[in-house]
Amino acid sequence: MDTDIAALTTVFTEFYYWITVALMFLIHIGFCMYEVGASRHKNHMHTLMKNSMLIPLVTVTWFFFGWWIYWAFAGGPGITGGIGHPDASFADAYIPWGEGMGPRLDDRITGVFWAAFLLFAWTAASIVSGAVIERIRSFAFWMFAILIGSVTWSIDAAWGWSYGGWMVEILGYHDAYASGVIHAIAGGTALGILVVLGPRLGKFAADGTPRDIRPHNPWLVCIGLFLIYTGFWGFYVACNVPIIDAATIGGQITGVTLTTTTIYLTPTTLGAITVNFLMSLSGGMLVGYMVSKGDAFWTYSGGLAGIIAASAGNDLYHPIQALIIGGLGTMFMYKIHFWVERTFKIDDAVGAVAVHGYAGFFGVVIAGFVLWGQPSSPYEGFAVITPWGQFAGAVIMFWVLGFIPAYVLARILNAYDLLRIPKEIELLGLDFHSNLEADQARQDVLASVREAHS
Amino acid sequence: MSTTPIDTWAVDLADVTLIYPWVGSEVAMFWIAVVLWLAWHIWQVKHENAEYVDQVQKHGDSETIRKAIDND
Repeated sequence: MDTDIAALTTVFTEFYYWITVALMFLIHIGFCMYEVGASRHKNHMHTLMKNSMLIPLVTVTWFFFGWWIYWAFAGGPGITGGIGHPDASFADAYIPWGEGMGPRLDDRITGVFWAAFLLFAWTAASIVSGAVIERIRSFAFWMFAILIGSVTWSIDAAWGWSYGGWMVEILGYHDAYASGVIHAIAGGTALGILVVLGPRLGKFAADGTPRDIRPHNPWLVCIGLFLIYTGFWGFYVACNVPIIDAATIGGQITGVTLTTTTIYLTPTTLGAITVNFLMSLSGGMLVGYMVSKGDAFWTYSGGLAGIIAASAGNDLYHPIQALIIGGLGTMFMYKIHFWVERTFKIDDAVGAVAVHGYAGFFGVVIAGFVLWGQPSSPYEGFAVITPWGQFAGAVIMFWVLGFIPAYVLARILNAYDLLRIPKEIELLGLDFHSNLEADQARQDVLASVREAHS
Repeated sequence: MSTTPIDTWAVDLADVTLIYPWVGSEVAMFWIAVVLWLAWHIWQVKHENAEYVDQVQKHGDSETIRKAIDND
């Protein structure tokens, strides 16, 4: 920072990511409200704590190994390069005792960049949390939270959401605002758990007909979704590099024009993604309202699914493309959700697999058609965006890094009776004991007041 | 004498890098943190399992469960 412009650029970038972190906190508040609102009264506090405690657990494990994985695994390792590809110095610096992990005056960006990625990790884990409410053990959920938050999402980001990732280089994978690398993997992870965990008691009739377990507080659910929309602004802008010059990128871009880029260092603008965010949200809400015939939960969820469906290409889409893709993605996820529920007896309590998994998968694939032939990177030798590269990428996100690891871990936990709460606890409610104590305390107070009155 | 690498601020900031205490003990701090993290999980899973066993013993009779379902 030895010149005024260098200082301004650095401090602007530092402050930019810091703001995204503060905004992304709202995603987590939204998820907590949404889950508690969707759960029944007898499970409220356990539902809240199950989600809340992923914050410290994913944070410490992100410090221990999640951040290092991101910088170490871009080449596979062993596909396009070894550990630390394409710059081994980053992986060396970001081991937990490395020189990049503590406060230092000559590096003002790593801390806020680390935190922005961490908030993505919380989001991925929190998406899974809603699907499994009211019957999973807290210990089990936190194992899954660490799995996706600090291991599998970090691997998928290294592979498909970094300037040197092998999926970008070989497949031309493009997923600018994380349709696949956050949402599809989280949906796949949730589905992998749900297959083993099973539905809530009473969810399906004896003949297999699904029953609608209504949210305890639909209003809280909708406000939670509104807060997720708000936090999503932070998520979107955190996916960008706010200001960078061609010399720093070091690719094929010529001239001296400074630009905003995606995580792949491909140019875009904050204006482009702002308009596309709003148009895809609108497409999702319009279709969500239509297919659900005005149901508030699915209309709000449709807005979220609309953004997620368009996110892979929202750096480049025309706003009308974003609108239509958002709408189509919402219709796709809504139809698939109820088909899967009926056919496979999957109890996805908040529609997380649908809104994030199916819409995210759809978003990655559709980007392959709409952006066909667009360069995926400013660097020479990288594949262009194609439908088959995007389809392969979607499969890797949803199934290979999402469903399979979660399914395997769920089977292991289930084998040791550490996955699902006892049937009696599920019937009584996870908060039964504390509710009973609270009621007894209330009765004591009432009795003493009556005594004082008489 | 300082626990950090900074003894004085009468320096050119361009020469300052690390500013936290006990530089050189990062590996030891890491392992302490890992042990604390794992110990927390061990405590938590034992506590959670014991809580379920206790609650089933205290409230798991069919009458209490029936009332709880009816009040659901």
